[in-house]
Amino acid sequence: MSDVNIKEKLESILNEAVKKIEESDVPEKLNEARINILGKKGQLTAVLKSMKDVEPEDRPKVGQMVNEAREKIEGKLEAALSEMERKIREEKMKAEVIDVTLPAKKNNIGHRHPNTIALEEVERIFVGMGYEVMEGPEIEYDLYNFEKLNIPANHPAKDEQDTFYVNKDIVLRTQTSPIQARVMESGKLPIRMLAPGRVFRADEVDATHSPSFHQIEGLVVDKNITFADLKGTLAEFARELFGENTKTKFRPHHFPFTEPSAEMDVSCFKCGGTGCRFCKGSGWIEILGCGMVHPHVFEMCGIDPDEYTGFAFGVGLERIALLKYEIDDMRLLYENDYRFLKQF
Amino acid sequence: MNTSLSWIKMYVPELDVTAQEYTDAMTLSGTKVEGFEKMDADLDKIVVGQILKIEQHPDADKLVICQVNVGDKTVQIVTGAPNVHVGESGQKVAVVLDGGKVAGGHDGKKTPGGIVIKAGKLRGIESAGMMCSIEELGSTREMYPEAPEYGIYLFDDDAVVGESAVHALGLDDVIFEYEITSNRVDCYSVIGIAREAAATFGKQFHPPVVTATGNEENVSDYIKVQVEDEKLCPRYITRVVKNVKIGPSPKWMQRCLASNGIRPINNLVDITNYVMEEYGQPMHAYDYDTLAGGKIVVRRAARDEKFVTLDGQERQMDEDVLMICDGEKAVGIAGIMGGENSMITDDVKTVLFEAACFDGTNIRLSGKRIGLRTDASGKFEKGLDPNNAEEAINRACQLMEELGAGEVVGGMVDVYREKREPVSVAFEPDRINALLGTSLTEKEMLNYLEKVELAYDKERNVIVAPTFRQDIHRTADVAEEVARFFGYANIPTTLPSGASMAGKLPFDQRVMAKARDVAEFCGFSQGMCYSFESPKVFQKLLLSQEDPKRNAIKIMNPLGEDFSIMRTSSLHGMLTSLATNFNRRNKDVRLYELGSIYIPHSLPLTELPDERMQFTLGMYGEGDFYDMKGVVEEFFSQIGMTKRTEYTCSDVKPYLHPGRQADIIYDNVTVGYLGEVHPEVCDNYGIGEKAYLAVLDMPSILPFATFDHKYEGIARFPAVTRDISMLVPHDVLAGQIEHMILQRGGKILENCELFDIYEGHQILAGFKSMAYSLTFRSREKTLEEAEISAAMKKIMNGLESLNCELRK
Repeated sequence: MSDVNIKEKLESILNEAVKKIEESDVPEKLNEARINILGKKGQLTAVLKSMKDVEPEDRPKVGQMVNEAREKIEGKLEAALSEMERKIREEKMKAEVIDVTLPAKKNNIGHRHPNTIALEEVERIFVGMGYEVMEGPEIEYDLYNFEKLNIPANHPAKDEQDTFYVNKDIVLRTQTSPIQARVMESGKLPIRMLAPGRVFRADEVDATHSPSFHQIEGLVVDKNITFADLKGTLAEFARELFGENTKTKFRPHHFPFTEPSAEMDVSCFKCGGTGCRFCKGSGWIEILGCGMVHPHVFEMCGIDPDEYTGFAFGVGLERIALLKYEIDDMRLLYENDYRFLKQF
Repeated sequence: MNTSLSWIKMYVPELDVTAQEYTDAMTLSGTKVEGFEKMDADLDKIVVGQILKIEQHPDADKLVICQVNVGDKTVQIVTGAPNVHVGESGQKVAVVLDGGKVAGGHDGKKTPGGIVIKAGKLRGIESAGMMCSIEELGSTREMYPEAPEYGIYLFDDDAVVGESAVHALGLDDVIFEYEITSNRVDCYSVIGIAREAAATFGKQFHPPVVTATGNEENVSDYIKVQVEDEKLCPRYITRVVKNVKIGPSPKWMQRCLASNGIRPINNLVDITNYVMEEYGQPMHAYDYDTLAGGKIVVRRAARDEKFVTLDGQERQMDEDVLMICDGEKAVGIAGIMGGENSMITDDVKTVLFEAACFDGTNIRLSGKRIGLRTDASGKFEKGLDPNNAEEAINRACQLMEELGAGEVVGGMVDVYREKREPVSVAFEPDRINALLGTSLTEKEMLNYLEKVELAYDKERNVIVAPTFRQDIHRTADVAEEVARFFGYANIPTTLPSGASMAGKLPFDQRVMAKARDVAEFCGFSQGMCYSFESPKVFQKLLLSQEDPKRNAIKIMNPLGEDFSIMRTSSLHGMLTSLATNFNRRNKDVRLYELGSIYIPHSLPLTELPDERMQFTLGMYGEGDFYDMKGVVEEFFSQIGMTKRTEYTCSDVKPYLHPGRQADIIYDNVTVGYLGEVHPEVCDNYGIGEKAYLAVLDMPSILPFATFDHKYEGIARFPAVTRDISMLVPHDVLAGQIEHMILQRGGKILENCELFDIYEGHQILAGFKSMAYSLTFRSREKTLEEAEISAAMKKIMNGLESLNCELRK
């Protein structure tokens, strides 16, 4: 067989292949065509088998022609197949259209208590400012809850705070401030601590009172701590917690364990300070008590007030949670009704 | 504490501010104004008028027609008031003109915003306004005792026709309510607040000028005073007034008292009340003629001494109550209430005034024990300045004289052994600036201090605090005074200097945060429960009499039985919360709580108890024991507790289903328990479904928790799996099977997992069918069949020793 004959033969195989491929409408037919042409017993394979009849010097040329034809056919088969698959996939997807507005599937993740959310927020702010979170006992010695905080025996503040007593020396702590005394007494200076915790006062349960609630105590002790530092720190805290535009106002007040003492108001985050029902028209909301650590408290805790100064503050956690989430009844916080909890 | 603006202005006449300005400025300088009430807020266009003529209404028996001169004109007003009659004239009345407003009705009910009065016809006759009763003017007969019980208010003759009736009645005033802090005892008086107001607004303060009083006589001829307990009574002063004429006090005094909410009674009582408000010093007046032996003895009461107070009640005293006695008997409870036996009556001839200083704590505690708290005891409780008493009693005598209420006897009897002296504090301007973060000059500081009578003694370089300022002891106190008048707002805002510190959460808090994450991821929401509960919960939880959980700390003064003990377990709180949800028809509820329980080392408590944080999970609805177990294991794995956890049941917990409970044991330590709630306990709480609990004791868990975690690499060699299917005797637990497989499988056994369990139909009675899938893998090489077969053989033998029948 001459190379010319082979060339013609190849051309006719190629033409027939193209025709068959074009006629194929399903992948099975394409496969059939592939076997017919390229398979062991296929037409092209037959040509290859007839190579032994070709003059040895023509064999490389013929071989190349056969390979070219094979590549062409394979290419066409491939293209046809992928086009066919594309069409099939398209058809399939057309049938798979869903209603994207149907309800989502629920994940049933639990919810965090609003108190905890508020606490984590406060902790985040102060930990970022270099405060260490600390804790102290909820059942506490009178000594730490009162005496070391400059509230001696028979001080009227003891009555004011409506203390629960276990016996004359042991109380349910009425404030987180005893942690101040414990930390100062431990002797490690300087101090930047934040102490959240549960406290107790003999208040009947109603919409704004609970016999048990939470406070967050803060304490900074170092050389050269000033009232200006107290103001700056708490103003920063208020902006972080209630928003960048929050203003703060410090009013003189009295606490036995700080001097000078203050209460801090923040501009109402509801109305921005113009006055609304939320802030009872004043534009301000009372948020915490604070002051410079009383020198006598330092002395009782073994710190030299001539060398060190410090500031302390105490925030009611429930107060923040109620304000921030606009919860109108404190009892909700302790009922644990899922319909309440799931809103947080 | 309340004061009216007008009373403050009596001592600060230049004060010219609105109620809001006063409120804001006083609050910022440290005298917190809680709120104010404008007494004339709902009054408008009300003038003093004079009735010229009264005629009968032609069509109504009970109405009369009055012609009333209101200054610039005469108006016709129809009224039904029973205290004006046809034919009378000349009465001066409060007339609200057409378009004006009154505060409320005759019945004393106030209408918020007031009631507008318009001209109109009453039974056909024109009426151009209304004549007002004291109730319509927003006040009461209590405060204006001269007002008639029925009918319109009639002014005295000196009222000026055409002028504002509101002003004439002193109703053009504002009442401020203050929150006075316990350190500022001096501000429980009008003078004290006026002093602060003057300082705040930079005006001159004019305290009352007390003039000398007294006739030629000497009071010591009338009375001797003997104080037996000087600790409880540091000072006792008496003065005597004779030829007393009881009558009404003047209107200005009545108005002052009314504005502070005190009902005017008569000149004598009103003077003592007036001085108490003005000076903050309670006074008492005895009928001198009832005092036996011309003698006052201040002594402690006898045990169980009975005494009838002036309200007619018999009360029981004890040895810590201080009594005021005459030569024979007790006549008053010191600082709290006088006796019925020495009470002032309208026939009193001679009065003995007492102004004393009693120990505040003793008064407070005595009042509590007796169960009697009065205006006077409320003031004494705060601990008064003994130096104030002298000025106060002299002021009372001055008023008696000025008001013509009696003749003051000369001199005073004053028992005052240890005079209280002013406190001096070193003046340290640098320290004040260092504490405040300010850079004020000495002069500025002294200027602020002077405003509140804190004097500078240049020679000694000290600040001298008058004795009424019991709160000034050291530099920090002086710094506060400087700060108050410099203005807290003017102090700069800075952040603490000094080395910055690394903030951190303690380890247990990090573990708890993980507990919250895991619980919430598993669908549990966080609850919070009270720390105290009722001893009745023990029974609800079916605890035996010997159960150690019954050893709870008792509160001495609980709010009630329901809050009387400190909880020794977190069960009640969780079960109550689940029950609340069940009651409210919430479906499939899952809750968790992180809170402490309180375990006493011994009872009664001598040292602080062990406070143990409990991680408690509870649920009803969808899910079972094994779901709960899954949450526990997920938590353990998240806090690095990767060893195998054991579940056994050594002591049966009565509140859990006896066949569905287990202790959770990690590394041989019991760290908690879980189980299905006992159906009877569910009934006790009203939970109508199966409920499950898990309680983890955080102090037991913390030593095992770790956030150190190392990457172990991904296995490079293939794993081989083998399944085992077997019949297992009913009593053999999955834990035993697993334990056996793991023990026998050796190092190459990577994992074993139960994939099928079946009991019942088609299975031999007393057996269950169980199937495990075992995974073998070596970290070093591809395992050979022989190695796996050897391991499998060991496992099979082990399982056969548990009487399992292996299925081939």
